[in-house]
Amino acid sequence: MFSAMLGEAWHAMGANRLRTFLTMLGMVIGVSAVVLMMAIGQGAEASVKRSISAMGSHLFVVLSGPPRMGGARTATGNAPSLNVRDATAMNELYGVVGVAPVTMGKGQVVYASNNWNTDIIGTTPEYMDIRGWSLSAGYPFSSSDTRSATRVALLGKTVVQNLFGEEDVDPVGKTIRINQRPFVVLGVLDSKGQTLDGRDQDDTIIVPLTTAQRKLFGNQLPGTVRQIMVQAESDNVMGMVEEALNSLLNQRHNIREGADSDFSVRNLTAIANSAAETARTMSLLLGAIASVSLLVGGIGIMNIMLVSVTERTREIGIRMAIGARERDILMQFLLEAIMISIVGCLIGIVIGVGGAILVSAFTQAEVIISSASVLIAFSVAASIGVFFGFYPARKAARLNPIEALRYQ
Amino acid sequence: MQQAVISVNHLYKAYQTAAGDFPVLKDVNLQVLTGDYVAIMGPSGSGKSTFMNILGCLDMPSAGSYVLDGYAVATMSADQVAKVRNQTIGFVFQGFNLLARASLLDNVALPLVYAGVSKEERHARARVLLEKVGLSKHMHSHPNQISGGQQQRVAIARALVNQPRLILADEPTGNLDSTTSEEIMAIFDGLNQEGITIVLVTHETDIAEHAKRQVRFLDGKIVQDTGVTTQGGSAG
Ligand SMILES: Nc1ncnc2c1ncn2[C@@H]1O[C@H](COP(=O)(O)OP(=O)(O)OP(=O)(O)O)[C@@H](O)[C@H]1O
Ligand SMILES: [Mg+2]
Repeated sequence: MFSAMLGEAWHAMGANRLRTFLTMLGMVIGVSAVVLMMAIGQGAEASVKRSISAMGSHLFVVLSGPPRMGGARTATGNAPSLNVRDATAMNELYGVVGVAPVTMGKGQVVYASNNWNTDIIGTTPEYMDIRGWSLSAGYPFSSSDTRSATRVALLGKTVVQNLFGEEDVDPVGKTIRINQRPFVVLGVLDSKGQTLDGRDQDDTIIVPLTTAQRKLFGNQLPGTVRQIMVQAESDNVMGMVEEALNSLLNQRHNIREGADSDFSVRNLTAIANSAAETARTMSLLLGAIASVSLLVGGIGIMNIMLVSVTERTREIGIRMAIGARERDILMQFLLEAIMISIVGCLIGIVIGVGGAILVSAFTQAEVIISSASVLIAFSVAASIGVFFGFYPARKAARLNPIEALRYQ
Repeated sequence: MQQAVISVNHLYKAYQTAAGDFPVLKDVNLQVLTGDYVAIMGPSGSGKSTFMNILGCLDMPSAGSYVLDGYAVATMSADQVAKVRNQTIGFVFQGFNLLARASLLDNVALPLVYAGVSKEERHARARVLLEKVGLSKHMHSHPNQISGGQQQRVAIARALVNQPRLILADEPTGNLDSTTSEEIMAIFDGLNQEGITIVLVTHETDIAEHAKRQVRFLDGKIVQDTGVTTQGGSAG
């Protein structure tokens, strides 16, 4: 009985191919949009999550200069207000597991005939652990390098590519020039990819703090730094550490209560988490917008099913006259609606997945096609078939047989 | 005593129109016994089709009772009525009413779908009936590929496929020429001989003469009835 009805529904779909196709198109577009949008949204979420974990966890950055509204950080002409002794003092705070003073600037790097302009980070060895950097070759510099300001450097992958090109040159041990001065390459950093805001984290060189201060950016007061990275022990002590940092620096910088401070403490983890939240909201929003097209597809199905019921009124009358029950007629039209939406949905999934693969192939954007999103799209489409098919089907089932037979 | 397949008492039917109720059947009484062969005649508009539709459980009377095969139709549920239409009655229409999209075989087998019969058996039984009405060669044709007379044979095969006790036919030869009409009537005659009760509507006297009993409608009433025929031989 059921298989007979399935066969008939299949037949009915084939009876008016163009119309079935156009009706299905609504479903196809809706489902492929949902699948594609979810793939892009989930991809974005995943890459945000990855860059958060690449950034390092439980992180604060203490910036020199007064806190600014809105969080915009612009270069000030003033000398940095933080110094290395501040960093040493922070190390003593309860809950702090790592501190790394950081100074940074731009540098022109040369190897053989290759030229590259990149970010130079001057810091202490602790920085590697705090930011979660590891090395793919060579080894890191040590605190003795920082003490004696040796000219050694760790190169990011992008820098290596641009200086050493495609050739199979091992950069470790080679001498490069940063702002005219020779540096020995000590190691190569593992790739981290892009930051949340799309900057290439591998386009960087790490050198000892003192080397940077004395030999690269010589115009600064000795010992001062623009920022200090602080890593807390766990999420639980974040609040406490933030307060401790503020009171420590206020005390060290002789800032009275109520006066403007000359530094600012920022919870990087919180900022990153809010970025993740934004990404999730975006992906939900994309899904919601795509779902609207699914809804429109459903309305298209309902519309066509209503037309179909009217057109086939006589057929319904004949079926009733030879013994079809109300639920037989109901099932017949419901099955037809469900079949249109499911076939449309399957095509939509294929197109959506294909589109997602194309997007990932032609853009840098990461996409994730999860079986959950495909399953959700599928079940939503099937429910739309039931939901929007039910009213027309019930209309058909409620027809009076003799009136249906008289219908011309 | 022969059991009454159809027992109609004080049946009224009025159509609701914009100008108010429009009475079509006015106190119709009719008993049809098993094995009977009744031809209903009467002028156009006298209510014959209205009456047939009520007999076929396609329409409901405004008042009066209709007892079919011992059961009062008015008390049946919608599903029970559907079952009656499926299994007790075979209805043959003037306009054939075949499904254009389905093959002849599927058309004939369709009532069996609603009876929950398996596909193999559906097709086997439909094939037997198409053979019986002489259309086994056209099994896989579609209704628009065969003549009117052939379409009516298919419709009769469909009406018979669930082995009903009662065949109702509203002007089954109304759209056919006289030769074809005779062929169709020969089928009905044979069915009646097999014991199936037949009630048909016709305008033509020579068609009506195939039946054992003639009933005449005029203005919503039965004005003439050749009477309940005595059963030829098989009476019990
Ligand atoms: N659905 C309807 N609504 C209103 N009036 C109707 C309806 N169906 C039939 N009638 C009226 O009822 C009367 C009887 O119609 P019916 O079809 O039963 O006549 P009939 O005897 O079968 O005629 P014919 O020989 O032409 O087929 C007619 O006057 C017709 O106009
Ligand atoms: Mg009529």
